[in-house]
Amino acid sequence: MRQRRPNRFATLSALAIGVLTMTACGGPSDSTAASAPEELSGRGPITYVSSPDSSGAAQETIEAWNAAHPEEPVEWIELPLDADQQRQQMIQNAQIESDAYTVLNLDVVWTSEFAANRWVEPLPVEELPLDGMIDATVEAATYADQQFAVPYYTDGALLYGRSDLLEAAGVQMPTTWEAMEQACAAVLELPEAEGMSCYAGQFDKNEGLTVNFSEAAASAGGALYDADGQPSVDTPETLDALNFLVDGFESGMIPQEAVTFQEEQGRQAFQDGDLVFLRNWPYIYNPLSAQDGSSQVAGKFTVAPIPGQDGPGVSTLGGRNLAISSSAENKATALDFITFFVSQEQERARLELSSRAPVYSALFEDQEIVSALPYLPTLLQSVESAQPRPKAVQYGAATAAIQDAVYAAITGKQTPEESLAGLQIQLEELAN
Amino acid sequence: MSTVTQEVPAPPGRAPQISKAPHVRAGRRAQPARTLHGAAGVAAVVLIGVYCLAPFYWMLVSSLRRSGDIFDTTLLPSVFSVESYVKVFSGSSDFAHALVNSLIVAATTTALALVFAIFAAYAISRLNFRFKNVILAVIIATSMFPGISVVVPLLRLFSDIGWINTYQAMIVPSLSFAIPLAVYILTTFMKQLPFDLEEAAMMDGATKWQAFRKILLPLAAPGIFTTAILTFIQSWNEFIIALSMVNDPAVQTATVAISKFTGASEFQAPYGEQMAAGVIVTIPLVIMILIFQRRIVEGLTSGATK
Amino acid sequence: MIFYPLLSAVGQSLYSAESRLDENGFVVDREVFVGLENYAEIFVGAQSERFYNALANTTFFTVVSVALETVIGVAFALMMNRAFRGRAFLRAAVLVPWAIPTAVSGLLWRWMFQADGIVNALSGSQVLWTAEGMAAQAAVIIAEVWKTSPFIGLLVLAGLQIIPEEVYEAAKLDGASAWKQFWAITLPLVKPALMVAVLFRLLDALRMFDLPFVLVGPRKESVETLSILAWDSANQLQYGAASAFSIVLLLYVSVIVYMFVRLLGADIFQSDATRPQSSRRRRAVSPAPRPAAHHQEETR
Repeated sequence: MRQRRPNRFATLSALAIGVLTMTACGGPSDSTAASAPEELSGRGPITYVSSPDSSGAAQETIEAWNAAHPEEPVEWIELPLDADQQRQQMIQNAQIESDAYTVLNLDVVWTSEFAANRWVEPLPVEELPLDGMIDATVEAATYADQQFAVPYYTDGALLYGRSDLLEAAGVQMPTTWEAMEQACAAVLELPEAEGMSCYAGQFDKNEGLTVNFSEAAASAGGALYDADGQPSVDTPETLDALNFLVDGFESGMIPQEAVTFQEEQGRQAFQDGDLVFLRNWPYIYNPLSAQDGSSQVAGKFTVAPIPGQDGPGVSTLGGRNLAISSSAENKATALDFITFFVSQEQERARLELSSRAPVYSALFEDQEIVSALPYLPTLLQSVESAQPRPKAVQYGAATAAIQDAVYAAITGKQTPEESLAGLQIQLEELAN
Repeated sequence: MSTVTQEVPAPPGRAPQISKAPHVRAGRRAQPARTLHGAAGVAAVVLIGVYCLAPFYWMLVSSLRRSGDIFDTTLLPSVFSVESYVKVFSGSSDFAHALVNSLIVAATTTALALVFAIFAAYAISRLNFRFKNVILAVIIATSMFPGISVVVPLLRLFSDIGWINTYQAMIVPSLSFAIPLAVYILTTFMKQLPFDLEEAAMMDGATKWQAFRKILLPLAAPGIFTTAILTFIQSWNEFIIALSMVNDPAVQTATVAISKFTGASEFQAPYGEQMAAGVIVTIPLVIMILIFQRRIVEGLTSGATK
Repeated sequence: MIFYPLLSAVGQSLYSAESRLDENGFVVDREVFVGLENYAEIFVGAQSERFYNALANTTFFTVVSVALETVIGVAFALMMNRAFRGRAFLRAAVLVPWAIPTAVSGLLWRWMFQADGIVNALSGSQVLWTAEGMAAQAAVIIAEVWKTSPFIGLLVLAGLQIIPEEVYEAAKLDGASAWKQFWAITLPLVKPALMVAVLFRLLDALRMFDLPFVLVGPRKESVETLSILAWDSANQLQYGAASAFSIVLLLYVSVIVYMFVRLLGADIFQSDATRPQSSRRRRAVSPAPRPAAHHQEETR
């Protein structure tokens, strides 16, 4: 049945639902909290359970492992492209305590849920190649002060802009919302920009909306959850953030149809030359640059960190982590395999085939790699400054509430004030 | 079957007396005399054809575009490309093999459901026994439960009995959805068929089995055939159980294989491949059904007149 | 195979699945017995607004789409039952919507209804079909009717094929118009097949999930159905609530089916072993003029 929306991904919006969070359990008085993980034992064949990877890069890593470890082969169990279905299959496996799945490829926003339910094993930090990894990504794989997963690849927001038109209008890529509006005003005066709209992101009722709203909130100096993990959406900063979107729709800065945009619809609109600016992920860089005539903006666009209220904005963190299923066998092999899989050497090797962003900052500055993936330095800025990760046990319920509220506001069903006040109440209920 | 226009006393059975019976004409099919003429007919065909096929046309056209201009809205691809078809068959999930698996699961389900349903429907429509209504009510109740709620209990059960990665793990649940439909359709059809023919045959010494096989079955052929199409397509389309019960690519079905198609990144839905797979799956299915329709119905009818 | 999932769902629905966390942030007591609390939530509690909205949507979609499918399906069947050139083509064409895998056709429609999709391009409009509101509901109904009319069409066609020709010949002798023939002869005789078709469409439509989910998306107020609600609860690991939704849906489907059978006299739970053989014989001997009356008599 359901196989749509290939885009459920990570949101890292300081969502900390429930009691949890570091503050709740990080104190030294907590005797059991940070106890050392039990030793992972057992060697033999294991499975790697993951979304499909069309680049073939992950397959090569597995083949390299299998060649070196004939006694401990890894078999890839491919799950559907749809992230909801991946999560559903993994949860089913955990519920029946099956040993069919060993190593799980988890979206960063599922990590807390799987850890809190003890569906995945805590990992021994000292045996993992965490040195050199971007802090935000490592942090996104911990829960309750324990490392439950290891970063596999990362993702962050970029602002795509039409460099040709900006140049013609004599303006720069904007770093603030206001500057973006002014840049648009200048560009849209140009005859060649007739019929274009200024800006779009992902505003369909979907994970993308949570991402866009939490980015706006962080970029306005607010946060959806405060440092203590309590919801903080009914604040002047988040109201500014929501107003940025709501006013954008009202003034026409954001086109009406953007309310149906997920990643691909926005990419298409930008690629067809309908938008001056677009917030999206790095993956669209290559399709936009395609020289086969499918993209009308090849060579005519540039990337920058997303804009904010008073300066550069704050991205959310996407990407994937690897973890070990609690009900699996041969966990010692699994740990070795994960260590091998996310090693800098393998991350680098995969870049030959795949454009998924690595988790080692050194690779973002490697000239050879940057010449193939020129957006990497900008992405590193975006990822390094990204918000601290969510520790969201009930992430699904929280993101649903956020989407409901923001969608109601941008479609004019509720005023921004009403929807934020309602959201605050809902999130508080979820947190308590 | 469509050409039975002549005064052939349709299925006469073995006993010559039967063909003389006045009511035997009741078995003749209705369609041929009622034809459709002229512009109205053409208009109706065109209308229905366009209605049914326009979205399919869009699927076909889209499957022939390059992945870069897959979102174009031109009525013909700006550049024809079989890229999507190549990707369907060269992808990591072996689509040709998955088609065979789908065929095995759907055909087995259909065959088992039909055999069961034919006898059940015969019993319900022709025999008198207690609790008939209770049985019918139970049968329909089984098809009412939302499929998604049965997955976890079934998964636990099949794991315990070692059915994970087997065909039966897909066929047995499919049967519980296919049998109610088949039983209901066939019961309705058999009830509508005149009892008299079988009665007459039995009076002439035919056994109940012979009356059933030589008289009832051929008459019920349109109904049986329709049931076969409907149950086949239903189990062919099943997804969530096939996904949950199987993780070995060697046993996975086509719908599951389609869900594992992937674009260049996790955000890019492989629309082209999905549409190509839709075309690949649909066209042979339709052709197969049309061939079977002719064969099966003819076969059953001619078998009856021998 | 049948009762095990049902019973386990009933049991599950009596438990809450609150993720209570211990002081370290780990889930404890996942399953707490709460009796009928999940049901109370649905009918009068926090979930009730969403539930009644989903119930209304489900009912609306079911009534409208099944009604349209019935009309279109019967029209298909009448056409296919006639002899004319191109009938083979027509039969193939009608099968196509039903034969496309549901997952693929949902995507296909989503794509066609996209803001810059072919539907808007051809009609020159700027309707946001995949957002909220009437347009989204219309999109779901259009796609649903397109996909499932062939189901009714095929079943009714099979029903038409067993109608004896004589009844029409007699009616023609009586000078009945084509319209009158349809109402007085065809429809009553094809009614059992039609009723089964509509019954199974009702069962399916009341559990509608894929199309609104794929085409418009989950948690869109104007297209949220009961099945989507159940899915959404399960997706948030609220298995107790999800099971309760499933049970409520099951009961609702049962009620509708029961009413359908009672009100329309669908020949489904009817025991016919006692039907008068003599009347059938009479009809066979003298087929016209009012087979409709006969038929009703038999099925009553």
